[in-house]
Amino acid sequence: MRDATDDLDDLIVCPTCDLVYRAPAVAARERAYCARCHTVLIAPRRKAGKQLIALALTVLILIAAATVFPFLAIGAGGVRHEASVLDTAFAFSGLLSVLAVAVLLFIVIIPALRLILLIYVLAPIIRDRPPAPHAKAAFRFSEELLPWSMAEIFALGCAVALVKLSDLAEVFFGPAAWLFAALVVIVVASDRLMCRYSIWTSLKE
Amino acid sequence: MDLPEGVNTAREQGLVGCTRCTRPSPTGTARCPRCGSRLQSRDAMSLQKVWAWWLVGLACYVPANIYPMLETRTLVSTQSDTIVGGAVDLARHGNWGVAAIILIASVLIPVGKFVVLAGLAIGVRRGPQISEAWRHRLYEVVEYIGRWSMIDVFVVAILSALVQLQALATITPGRASLFFALSVIFTMLSAQSFDSRLIWDSAEGARPARNPKERIA
Repeated sequence: MRDATDDLDDLIVCPTCDLVYRAPAVAARERAYCARCHTVLIAPRRKAGKQLIALALTVLILIAAATVFPFLAIGAGGVRHEASVLDTAFAFSGLLSVLAVAVLLFIVIIPALRLILLIYVLAPIIRDRPPAPHAKAAFRFSEELLPWSMAEIFALGCAVALVKLSDLAEVFFGPAAWLFAALVVIVVASDRLMCRYSIWTSLKE
Repeated sequence: MDLPEGVNTAREQGLVGCTRCTRPSPTGTARCPRCGSRLQSRDAMSLQKVWAWWLVGLACYVPANIYPMLETRTLVSTQSDTIVGGAVDLARHGNWGVAAIILIASVLIPVGKFVVLAGLAIGVRRGPQISEAWRHRLYEVVEYIGRWSMIDVFVVAILSALVQLQALATITPGRASLFFALSVIFTMLSAQSFDSRLIWDSAEGARPARNPKERIA
C-alpha cells in the first residue's frame, strides 16, 4: 500500500497496462512512453492547442465541401456519371438503406461532431480562460467517437475504387477528390499533435 | 518481463487508474475526479463482452461471404459477385495484384481478427503460451486495423454510386455489404471491450511490490 501523502494528481497510470509512474516533466516535442508496453503517455507540443483548432476547422470545411461536390466521375461510350458523398450514401436503397445512414454517420456526421466538440473544448484553454461548461463530458464524448470517425478510411476507399474501375472505364477526378487527399494528411497530422494528458490536466478546475 | 526498479501496478498499490485520462484514484472510487469517467481496476465483464460481440460478429461474417457483395449489370450480362468470387474472377483475368489485395483485406484480415481476439481472450483464462509483449502487440494491431475493414463497404458504395451508366453498365450493392458492415462494427466492439490490462496481469505476482519512484522510459 502507498502512503497517503503522495498527491495522486502527480502520478500517471498507464491506461493499457496499469503501471504507475510519477508524471515526469516532459519538454515540448519529447515523448514519455510506458516502460513495459510502450504506450505513449505524454507527448506535449508547443502551441498544439492552436494548431489543433486550426486543423479541426480545416477538416470541418473540407468535410462540408467534400460532401456535396463530386469526387469521381466515370465515362464510357459517351455516357458520363459523377458521384458525391451524398450520392454514395444513397447508393444503398431498399433493404440496405440502414447502410446509407451508417455511411453518412461514419464519414460526415461523426467526424464533424467530433471536431466541433474538440474546438469547443480547446478554444477556452488556448485563451487561458476557464474550461467551457461540460468541457470534460464533451472531450470524453469526442474521444469515444474517435474509432467511429472514418472520413480518412473513405478517402482511401476512393483510391481503391479508382484502381478497380480504371480498367473498365475512363475515370476523372472531381474537386472533392483533392479535398479528400488533403483530409487524410491533416487527420494524420492532428493525430500526432494531440496530447490527451495535456488536455485533461488543463481541463481540471 | 524486466521492469524498471520500483515500478508496479496501480492495483498492487491499492489504486485504480483512469483509462481515459491516466489519473489514479483510491480503489473503490466510482468516477475519476479529473475526467469523470467510470473507474474499474479491471473490467470484470470484459471477457463476456468480448465473446458476445465476437460471436455476433462471426455470425454476420458468414452471410457476408455467402450473399453477393456486388451486382453488375451490363448490356450483355448480369453478374453477382461474392467477396471471394470477385477476387477469383479478377485472378482468372490475370489481375493477380488486385485479387491478392481483396483477399487480404476482406478475408485474411477479418479472419485474422477473429482468431487473434479469441486467442487473447483464451490466453487471459488459460495462461498464455505467448509473451505479454507479443500479445499486447497483437491487441494493438487488431484495435488499429479493425475500423479499416470498413473500406470494403465504402468501396461498394462508391462503385454503386459511380457506375450508373444507364443501359451500358450499372452496379448495385448486394446484401452481403450490410452483413459485412455489421461484422466489422461488432468486431470493433469486441476489441474495444477487451481490457488490455488483463494481458499484463499474468506477468505479475512473481515480483515483490515496491514503492513507486519516478521512472519513465
